[in-house]
Amino acid sequence: MTIWDTFLWVVLPYAALVLFVAGHVWRYRHDQFGWTSRSTQLLEGRWLAWGSNLFHYGALAAIAGHVLGILVPNWLTSAVGISEFTYHFISAIPGSIAGVVCVAGLVILIVRRAAFVRVRRTTDAVDVAVYTLLAIVIGLGIGETLAVNAFGPGYDYRSTVAIWFRGLFWLHPEPQLMAGAPLVYQLHAASAWALYALWPFSRLVHVWSLPWQYLGRPYILYRSRYAAARR
Amino acid sequence: MRLRAQVGMVMNLDKCIGCHTCSVTCKQVWTNRPGTEYVWFNNVETKPGLGYPRRWEDNQRWRGGWELDRRGRLRLKAGGQIRKLIGIFWNPDLPTIDDYYEPWTYDYETLIEAPLSERDPVARPRSQLTGRETSVRWGPNWDDDLAGAPETASEDPVLRGIEDRVKLAYEQAFMFYLPRICEHCLNPSCVASCPSGAIYKREEDGIVLVDQDKCRGWRFCVSGCPYKKVYFNHRTGKAEKCTLCYPRIEAGLPTICSETCVGRIRYLGLVLYDADRVLEAASTPDPRDLLDAQLGLFVDPDDPEVRCQARRDGIPDDWIDFARRSPVHALAIRYRVALPLHPEYRTLPMVWYVPPLSPVVNALEQDGYEADPDDVFPAIERLRIPIEYLANLLAAGDADRIRFVLRRLATMRAFMRKQQVLGVREERLATEVGMDADELEDLYRLLAIARYEDRYVIPQAHTELAQRLAELPGTCGLDFEGGPGSCGAIPRPAATLNQRFMLTERPERRFPGARPLPVRNRPAEEHP
Repeated sequence: MTIWDTFLWVVLPYAALVLFVAGHVWRYRHDQFGWTSRSTQLLEGRWLAWGSNLFHYGALAAIAGHVLGILVPNWLTSAVGISEFTYHFISAIPGSIAGVVCVAGLVILIVRRAAFVRVRRTTDAVDVAVYTLLAIVIGLGIGETLAVNAFGPGYDYRSTVAIWFRGLFWLHPEPQLMAGAPLVYQLHAASAWALYALWPFSRLVHVWSLPWQYLGRPYILYRSRYAAARR
Repeated sequence: MRLRAQVGMVMNLDKCIGCHTCSVTCKQVWTNRPGTEYVWFNNVETKPGLGYPRRWEDNQRWRGGWELDRRGRLRLKAGGQIRKLIGIFWNPDLPTIDDYYEPWTYDYETLIEAPLSERDPVARPRSQLTGRETSVRWGPNWDDDLAGAPETASEDPVLRGIEDRVKLAYEQAFMFYLPRICEHCLNPSCVASCPSGAIYKREEDGIVLVDQDKCRGWRFCVSGCPYKKVYFNHRTGKAEKCTLCYPRIEAGLPTICSETCVGRIRYLGLVLYDADRVLEAASTPDPRDLLDAQLGLFVDPDDPEVRCQARRDGIPDDWIDFARRSPVHALAIRYRVALPLHPEYRTLPMVWYVPPLSPVVNALEQDGYEADPDDVFPAIERLRIPIEYLANLLAAGDADRIRFVLRRLATMRAFMRKQQVLGVREERLATEVGMDADELEDLYRLLAIARYEDRYVIPQAHTELAQRLAELPGTCGLDFEGGPGSCGAIPRPAATLNQRFMLTERPERRFPGARPLPVRNRPAEEHP
């Protein structure tokens, strides 16, 4: 346990969480006009069809995997009858597929953004930072899944990384659990916190606008210029 | 029955000279900004032609508008709510910038800063998307006046079904201009396509607007509009569209495109319609019956019962009077000489077109006749091609409807000519087309004289109603039904409402109670 460990596994997560929450509140209150995915489909459509769909669906599957692996404790999965072997199987096979799909999408998106001048010209510094962090986080993540768990010796992150992560939310951080984790897990976690810190200030805010309310909504919306004046 | 007022437009295509003044003034006012370089809320197309964006009418490709499912229920052509959410990461029906055109400017600086040389410097075109030199290959009106038509016009989707008979050779060609803005439909598919609920139809005047703060840039409105009149601002990542110049309409002024129209082809006025039967009308099985179903929604503001109902539904008294004098009501509903563009899209559009007689007259002249208006009459029956084309454009393929309108227009000319040249008032002509002589004269006054105050009959918005929100109920001392007049006029908060282009103000935040209205019946307590 060095001061570095305290910084990386206690200070950084909480700082990132504060920025994440406060940043979203500030952005939502002050920048509704800028709250958008800033799509570039108008400028280029064919590459985006593959890149966007692969990336988003891969990322959604990967996020679901993280919920299962990090947020759900061991005792709960075994209580519903998922053995350690079954869990490993789920995380290795579908997890690898999700990771590969997501990486493929991200590569297409990055190549597209670099190759098409029209799209490149719309890219600002925050976009570059987001793409860089996404590439690092996702690259390390697929590295863990493939090199360590699917084809490597395996690492029981559910009894270290996962407990540390959940502990942060009970205000009971246990940085020593991360201090002993393999380097690739440490880098994955640290870069993910950096991404969360940047999140509210980037176009990633569009994630929270997935329009569930569209389901079951009346199709035609009317709005009064002066609503209450109509009694 | 629940009555609503709607600001509608009529364009008299016979008078359009294709000068693009409307497009230019509209662009100067609304889309002269980065991100909207390619956007023309108003554009003028030459028909037959590809249009802007190219082949926008091909809704087998773009899947805009509505269709009926097997059980006859209305649904979005591009798929419903679940389908949109599943496909939210990429919209398969979205036109790309090349379907519009790559916007460009010229390197004007070279003209000023080039060193002295033997040859004059040239301002080369530069793409406004990439900043690089570009070669201009298409534009918003590239096929103007049938330019390049022998190569491109055969791809016009409106020619479907009659392409083998249409000759685009110079001697046999026919053409006319079609100015287009947002249709501000009664059943707008862009509103229905927006997952964020950012596009809405205003209760007071039916203008369809995009809330720039609520838009999240999912782009389904762009493809969902069968007229391709919602655009994506590639800088802001938000959708934008024609606003019917609502700040001007609210002040009782015509839109910029109308105000600056050189040919005086445009008319603006109110119509009253029954909002409860919109879905029923849009679900009419046969597309050729859609126009009659839409006409069936409108009510006669001269009818005392209608006036009572309108008052009950909160339409101010002076608005009802404006509706009585509305040129849109006269041309589209009373005389039925104005037709909606592509009624088969089932959006119940509210920009109406008086079909042009000129292609018929031109074709007649090519046949060796003198262009005597009286000869037009038999020609209308004979000249199938332009009429079928107009029918595909304005009547869901119903050629009889076009003949009906053109006969009325030709009769009006013949009647007025006889009256003014020979001094004969021939009632017989009028009755042949189901009108009387006074009506024909009224039609002539509207279409031929077309004075400013006859073309634009626009009531001012009742902004004092907004003021009442800030007051306690009853402090005004006047019931709304008695008319708000006695409270005195209160200055309009014009600029503060529109800080950031279009409607950024969110009424439901300031005025609790603004909420979506179901397509079918609103709960009864709304209007007890």
